[in-house]
Amino acid sequence: MMLHALISGDRPRSRILTALLLAIFLGLLFAPFLFPGVRALETAARISVFILLAASYDLLLGYTGVVSFAHTMFFGMGAYGVGLASQHMGRGYGSLIVGSLAGAALAAAFAFLIALFSLRVRAIFFAMITLAVASAVAVLVSQLSSITGGEDGFTFQIPRALGPANRMGEFMGVQITGKILNYYVVFFCSLILFLVLLRIVNSPFGRVLQAIRENDFRAEAIGYRVVRYRTIATCISAAVAALAGSLFALWLRYVGPDTTLSFELMLDLLLIVVIGGMGTIWGAVIGATLMVLAQTYLQDLMGSAAEATAAIPLLSRLLDPDRWLLWLGVLFILSVYFFPAGIVGRLRAGR
Amino acid sequence: MTDAPDHRPTMAALPFADRLARAMPVLLVPILLVVGFLAIGNPSSWLTLTVSGLAMGMMIFIMASGLTLVFGLMDVINFGHGAFISVGAFVGISVVLGLAEWAQAPSLLLNLGVVLLAVLAAMAVTGLLGWAFERVIVKPVYGAHLKQILVTVGGLIVIEQLIHVIWGPDEIFFARPEMLKGAVTFWGAALEKYRLVAVVIGLVLFVAMRLVFRRTRIGLIVRAGVENGEMVEALGYRLRLVFVGVFIAGSALAGLGGVMWGLYEEVITAGMGEEMMILVFIVVIIGGLGSVEGAFIGALMVGLLQNYIAFLEPKLALISNIGLMTAILMWRPQGMMPVVKAK
Repeated sequence: MMLHALISGDRPRSRILTALLLAIFLGLLFAPFLFPGVRALETAARISVFILLAASYDLLLGYTGVVSFAHTMFFGMGAYGVGLASQHMGRGYGSLIVGSLAGAALAAAFAFLIALFSLRVRAIFFAMITLAVASAVAVLVSQLSSITGGEDGFTFQIPRALGPANRMGEFMGVQITGKILNYYVVFFCSLILFLVLLRIVNSPFGRVLQAIRENDFRAEAIGYRVVRYRTIATCISAAVAALAGSLFALWLRYVGPDTTLSFELMLDLLLIVVIGGMGTIWGAVIGATLMVLAQTYLQDLMGSAAEATAAIPLLSRLLDPDRWLLWLGVLFILSVYFFPAGIVGRLRAGR
Repeated sequence: MTDAPDHRPTMAALPFADRLARAMPVLLVPILLVVGFLAIGNPSSWLTLTVSGLAMGMMIFIMASGLTLVFGLMDVINFGHGAFISVGAFVGISVVLGLAEWAQAPSLLLNLGVVLLAVLAAMAVTGLLGWAFERVIVKPVYGAHLKQILVTVGGLIVIEQLIHVIWGPDEIFFARPEMLKGAVTFWGAALEKYRLVAVVIGLVLFVAMRLVFRRTRIGLIVRAGVENGEMVEALGYRLRLVFVGVFIAGSALAGLGGVMWGLYEEVITAGMGEEMMILVFIVVIIGGLGSVEGAFIGALMVGLLQNYIAFLEPKLALISNIGLMTAILMWRPQGMMPVVKAK
């Protein structure tokens, strides 16, 4: 009953899906104990953050049917918010909170302005305008190196308790450090925000968004102010993306254009949502987990495949780990054509 | 039987304010030129900046014209358009590098021959690629904007990565053909030769396009199709065929723009199309979706403004385009000359 309320009554509706989700949840919850090692913890934190980021993007893409290319810009705003606050206000929890809130507020304000200009006329303007604005911001960030550290970004200090130097003894054979504490901060914040998003999409507000996605003309005719709903959804999604960015910056103790603002990140995000399943927030969980795991471990595989085929000139170039995006693009097109409902849609249909 | 009611059409000219509002988009470029002149204050630097701004604008226009027409005709928004720009540049520059002897010879005829060959090769390849792109990527998702955006972005990535596979991962530096290097001095202003050539090519293309649209039957069908496709189909024209033709032509033009931009920058990267797409989108939006004239004016404004501002206040140049777009959209939310009525 309690669980039912927590997930807002939005059940996975498929045995396999339930099992997968439970496995991911438990895996992330006990990650420091189940998978020792720096790389595994890094991957787990990345998965937590990307689940949240993808879920917030799905609110826009899957639930509202609006394509945005500025989601990483909002993600970056949160990250730079925390980074800059920690740099200028000194290390401490205060600057973390101020930075995250400022980042989220700025992201929501930006989203509101962009929505005002583009959604008012045609929803399709939104995709083009967000692309233009996001690239302008990315250029600006790399140019204003005196504030943002330019292409290199900058590292900053977080409270000592969350750093690896803070040793708190041993538990279940694992040395508990501040790093693990930091992981749990990231994990639980992501979890709470994810549940909030789940609540939003299953509220009457979320239902209206879905109605707009299916037929905006009809939704308007029934009496819902389409532009207003779309604008609010954009702002919420931007604010949550910024918070995800803050968590990511907190985990990495570093912000830079490559980790937060790059176009590649935007593509990853699109792929996560499309492969996981648009229009269902559980899709974000599956998609993000798959994507991060694939990125971390499959690229090694491609590297060895390229070495194995080094004799065949073109094939080895196609399999080069740097050409990872090529296969991602092919996969992306194929999944839009053949699995528009994504993995979650497939699992639910095959129940 | 009663007489037909008296009909007296009002022949009075529109009030001045209305006429001004109608002509405003056309007047914006001259206004920008004058304001730029006043702000810069130095005739020779103004002339240099104006020529480079016009050259940049012309090239952006060449890339943008196909995109805006494709949207107008079939309501298809092609995010993969940028890939054609990159492919055009790589094919064209490969030709220039392959014919290095001709390109280095100090003969205008041979040099122009190389450029012409490069342009033809680039347009042929991108035209074919456009045809394939339309069949494989765009055709299955007609009428679904969301899927169109996703799928064409996918196509953009794949083509860009294939460029890496074929031409290698690094950017390619090269030199322009001999006679297109350097500058001519005119009234104390140094005008780069290549920019003048680019302005001429752009102008010729614009005039040619206008003639095709205003004077030929196919142009009439295309214009009618943009305005009301269903009606054109009802009259018995196969709009789909027209659309495929326009898509191919638009892709070839993007290829041409890519070669020209590559020669302008003297360096090409696989990501250049993606970067240019940002400007192209801005131009298409402020021009009004589906309007070739609007795209032309928008492109000139973007080019001029960027050059003026880069001279006056270099820090602002990065956001000048976004600022221009915001201002135009506040003034006319549909863009300057929208042709496509909201569908």
